[in-house]
Amino acid sequence: MLKVNNIEVIYSDVILVLRGVSLAVEAGQITALLGANGAGKTTTIKAITGLLRSQQGKVTRGSIELEGQRIDRLSPDAVVRMGIAQVFEGRRLFSHLTVEENLLTGMVFRPESTRSARVRADLEQVYHFFPRLQELRRRTAGYLSGGEQQMVAIGRALMARPRLMLLDEPSLGLAPLLVQEIFSIIKRINAESGVAMLLVEQNAAVALSIAHQAYVMETGRVVLNGPTEQLVENADIKEFYLGLTQLGERKSYRDVKHYRRRKRWLG
Amino acid sequence: MNWPLVPQQVMTGILNGGTIALIALGIVLIFKASEVYNFAHGHLVMLGAFLTWWFAGGEELGNELFNLPLWAATLMAVLTAMLVGLAIERVILRPMTGQPVLAIILVTLGLSQFIEGGVSILFGAQPKSNFPTPFSPSDVIRIPFPGAFNDTIILKQSLVASFVVAAVASAVFILFFQYTKTGLAMRATAENHEVAQGVGIRVSRIFGLSWAIAGVIATFGGVLLATVSGVSLNMATVVLVAFPAVLLGGLESFGGAIVGGLIVGLSQALVQASRNIEVRNSAEIVPYILLLIILILKPEGLFGQKRIERI
Repeated sequence: MLKVNNIEVIYSDVILVLRGVSLAVEAGQITALLGANGAGKTTTIKAITGLLRSQQGKVTRGSIELEGQRIDRLSPDAVVRMGIAQVFEGRRLFSHLTVEENLLTGMVFRPESTRSARVRADLEQVYHFFPRLQELRRRTAGYLSGGEQQMVAIGRALMARPRLMLLDEPSLGLAPLLVQEIFSIIKRINAESGVAMLLVEQNAAVALSIAHQAYVMETGRVVLNGPTEQLVENADIKEFYLGLTQLGERKSYRDVKHYRRRKRWLG
Repeated sequence: MNWPLVPQQVMTGILNGGTIALIALGIVLIFKASEVYNFAHGHLVMLGAFLTWWFAGGEELGNELFNLPLWAATLMAVLTAMLVGLAIERVILRPMTGQPVLAIILVTLGLSQFIEGGVSILFGAQPKSNFPTPFSPSDVIRIPFPGAFNDTIILKQSLVASFVVAAVASAVFILFFQYTKTGLAMRATAENHEVAQGVGIRVSRIFGLSWAIAGVIATFGGVLLATVSGVSLNMATVVLVAFPAVLLGGLESFGGAIVGGLIVGLSQALVQASRNIEVRNSAEIVPYILLLIILILKPEGLFGQKRIERI
């Protein structure tokens, strides 16, 4: 449903960040976008949402299409109206609003009233996925814990009734157990509501555990992609992203030969 | 302190504070939406009063164009001020998007001079004495109050009416913000423009709307001031008492602006009651002294937002 065709992104007219990125998100599937810091994952998300412009970035080549319609020249709010909701990196809640108000901000662009039955049902759905938020609904969002804030952020995106959700590092800054919990809920949301997801992650192991497809980015381009079952068998993925050697043991830092193989990708 | 005057002054002070609070609300609104401290708000107040005067039969360049009753003139002025607010956002502030906040604040200072110039060209710089006042100075409300001067408190009807209007307008305004969808979108935008865009809010529309509403409340404030003290270019200096009200209450708080306005009105009236003659203009100074004390004790103002920081 979402097609990113060979896009190039330049910041401040000089800094080339994405050098021909192509990827596709299929309807109803979770697609993971993996890569280290600075690989261009968040920039790819911003290119899709149209938030690049407020940071002096530009898509200078290529196109982005949602079900055949070009969206790379739309303003951020128009992209949301097209059915793409995002979960920001680092949560970015409206910290002085309450939890429920934060959730409702996700639907203010829709024509319905905040008190309409449909919106109430959507809220119930969010509370169904995140029962803890129901108890916290009148609390000021800024005072919640990181995990609870992440739940609000995901819930806020759900309130838009999106066709596609973009999740930017939902594991950021969370304890491993919480990461497990959040990701199993993400998987449930995908399975129960059928919304397609583009999941950006540094935590490859947990992302690959729930995704159907995955793309691996390095320094501004996609270096590897395929169905996750295939990728987890890939020797390079195992070594560089899952931290395993061929024997399934932890990698030793003395073994530096792997840098040579990595070079092939950078090309 | 002249004690028999105190009850009288307390009441007058609070009533005056109502209008100050309404004007302070407009400043808070713009600040919340766009983090711009609008130095032109006093001039919007003045413009609103002049527009109302004009629609009610005032002369422009020696000619009378309209002759509407006060309520209709106010309505027309409110609509005009709404358009002026939208125009200010569209023509002056939108091109400034992304510029440093200080630059934008200075632009509002320039805007204030522009409005002052425009008004004096269109309507003449001399004070207007023929603003239609529904109340004559002899219409007063007498409340028996033992201990006060002559055992009665005398309240001008115009002052009482302006307080009631200010209170109703403030209440409508706060309810709008708290309970409507647009109000929610405005509060979200106030917190973070980028995230607001990211959840689908049209931020530029919200800014336009904020300025339109600010124009409307400024006009109400202008009409209320005019019924009490007439129309003149000097009305713009009313912001000098609204500033401490806004800062006292906390820049982001509507409730704070109202409490701040009442405190300023009250403190001024009490100082007047003290008949202090050692310090000249002590009534004008006292709100700033209070402001200083409160900001030392509570830097974010009485009801300002505490910065929520997660460590």
